[in-house]
Amino acid sequence: MRLSQLLVGETGIVKEFTDLEMSVKLMEMGCLPGESITVSRIAPLGDPIAIHVSGYQLSLRKREASTIILK
Amino acid sequence: MKADIKVALVGNPNTGKSTLFNILTGLNQKIGNFPGVTVDKKTGFCELPDGRYAQIIDLPGTYSLYPKSRDESIVFSVLADQANPLRPDLVVVILDASNLKRNLLLYTQVADLKIPVIIALNMMDLAKKADITIDVNAFAEKLGVPVVPISARRIEGINKLKEAITYANKVALQEDTIDVEAIAPQLIGQISKEMQLVNPYYALQLAHQHETINFLTPSESDRIEELELEFDFHSQKAQASETIARYNFINELLYDTVKKLETAQDETMSNKIDKVLTHKTFGFIIFFGILIFIFQSIFAWSAYPMKLIADLFVWVQSSLHTLLPAGPLTNLVVDGVIAGLSGVMVFIPQIAILFGFISILEDTGYMSRVTFMMDRIMRKVGLNGKSVVPLIGGFACAVPSIMSTRNIENWKDRMITIMVTPLVTCSARLPVYTLLIALVVPNRNVWWLFNMQGLALTGMYLFSLISAVTVAFVMKYILKARERGYFIMELPVYRMPRWKNVGYSMYDRAKAFVLQAGKVIIAVSVILWVLASYGPGDRFEKIEQKYHQPQYPQHLNTDELHRAIASEKLENSYAGVLGHVIEPIIKPIGFDWKIGIALITSFAAREVFVGTMATIYSVNGDAEKMESVQQKMHDAKNPQTSEPVFTVAVAFSLMMFYAFAMQCASTVAVVYRETKDWRWPASQFAYMTVLAYLASFITYHLLR
Repeated sequence: MRLSQLLVGETGIVKEFTDLEMSVKLMEMGCLPGESITVSRIAPLGDPIAIHVSGYQLSLRKREASTIILK
Repeated sequence: MKADIKVALVGNPNTGKSTLFNILTGLNQKIGNFPGVTVDKKTGFCELPDGRYAQIIDLPGTYSLYPKSRDESIVFSVLADQANPLRPDLVVVILDASNLKRNLLLYTQVADLKIPVIIALNMMDLAKKADITIDVNAFAEKLGVPVVPISARRIEGINKLKEAITYANKVALQEDTIDVEAIAPQLIGQISKEMQLVNPYYALQLAHQHETINFLTPSESDRIEELELEFDFHSQKAQASETIARYNFINELLYDTVKKLETAQDETMSNKIDKVLTHKTFGFIIFFGILIFIFQSIFAWSAYPMKLIADLFVWVQSSLHTLLPAGPLTNLVVDGVIAGLSGVMVFIPQIAILFGFISILEDTGYMSRVTFMMDRIMRKVGLNGKSVVPLIGGFACAVPSIMSTRNIENWKDRMITIMVTPLVTCSARLPVYTLLIALVVPNRNVWWLFNMQGLALTGMYLFSLISAVTVAFVMKYILKARERGYFIMELPVYRMPRWKNVGYSMYDRAKAFVLQAGKVIIAVSVILWVLASYGPGDRFEKIEQKYHQPQYPQHLNTDELHRAIASEKLENSYAGVLGHVIEPIIKPIGFDWKIGIALITSFAAREVFVGTMATIYSVNGDAEKMESVQQKMHDAKNPQTSEPVFTVAVAFSLMMFYAFAMQCASTVAVVYRETKDWRWPASQFAYMTVLAYLASFITYHLLR
């Protein structure tokens, strides 16, 4: 399951990443393996999405979210 | 003022860093540029409790020492480069107490560089509200640094922070956070040995960043590259394992020192606001409502102060003319330099108003929601969600709008926004359009409701937006990206704007514009003034002599005589000569040499077109007298063919020319200031002029 497949309100736990370069940036922003992520909302036009992770809100594009594999 | 100690402020974005900077330095601050990048370098002085002065350096907000953009790389350069004149003696790391985990990543990186450091724990009020309890003493003890709880917003704990700065250690005493050497033991060892470095983390950072930082010699950088190959160093893998190690350290630290009860209050509040502000329909309605409001304000509110400034300069000019002895030097100072200065000052109200609004939008957290909502559409045409504000602001004036593109982090998006913003119909084009439309479009209603002149004007506005988007779309494929386009962006919780920050931002921007772009504008204005008021050889004297012959004063009254002289002088000035020179070039698009003169003089500002036309057709150039200019232009006949000069084809061709051409010295100056490279304004000028010529050519030949 990828983060981009979650619906609004659903939660998942980060397992791994498919893109090394992206993963470095995502981890700096608190999206670490083992961390729980909740999708808070999706932008009115369907992309990007807003997620709740390690105590704050982060927005990222669907393409970027698809590099995060959830448990 | 001489600094006794240099202090750098470092922290994540949205941690209240600039608020703290403003509190510490007051109006005692200076804005410059870091060399090579377009980040404002903000420095200021702060008096410490023991009477010494600290120079405070506000570094750009960043989440990590590994930069996502070229602008962020400045943080590492300032902190690490021994030769950098700004290298601080002490770093104050500002942490958002309500979001410690992510904030601490940057702290651990800075701490491992082994520069003396203290922590300002900001937003303690918000943390308390969110039921987060922090054991500050245990926290400080575990890290081995002084920790000062503050609330910059409420100005609490500032004196304690100043004391901590005063009595800070001169050597770094903080505890190590992670085992840096374990990440790449051989490489770190070898770099440290060859470059004689004592700090392993500095050596590791050099390994990661040696290609982008500017303080290494090429041979040093090449040697590091060689070593990386030798020891099989993979930069991204190393960064990943470093980040994981740091978060392990942080989790352990927070487990012992911070207690948090679930469900933060502020955030649910923020969520409720977001449900409305990023709603499918209301979200866009509210956003466009805000945009229209901003646009109206720049237009309407700035009109009065702008007129005041213009009138003030007119008064100064006329009084100086009477006070100073008449002569070329007085003319140069009064009509060249002071007129140019007036051209600079007149932008201040628009800049201040736009930046007031932008600062409110940023401060409340709304700007990142705009980006969130608009990203998908704007990305398609090569722009960024944040490009919306400069583009709409461009309807008022391109100058403040281009300055506002600094909010766009991505280099390519920002450049494209800068390149297309001047295409949007700005307020200076309005007098040109209204004059020309009134000249050739009948003032009639079609379908009962729509006035044809109004429709033509609306058409010009829509057309400008379409052309800006189209050009952006083309540039998306021409321009090479410097960095990979990320859209990993924090959505900060909504907060009330800090009015003081809004005020500072308005003041800062206006000052930066006057000091940096102002020089170019004044220079161009002086050159244009010389071109328009001097002519080759003795032509001007001959004109004076001609009009002093007795038959002229008899037939004309004084005003008419002056206007006739002015008109003939302009024809014979260097600008007039140039107008004749370019006539063969502009003939295919329907312009004669008189329009050529107006094209040259209106490079100072588009609205000068109307004034120049008034002088050429020797009528009084007041705005109220627009009708008389119109009448003269309407009656103007081509001397050879005796057909009217301003036909529908010529008027629309001229409007197309003004729609596309970069007829604005101030914009050129401000693009240079924002890009720090003359090639940008030059290529922008070139592409816009080429488009203008083509559009005019097509329009002229279609309508003829």
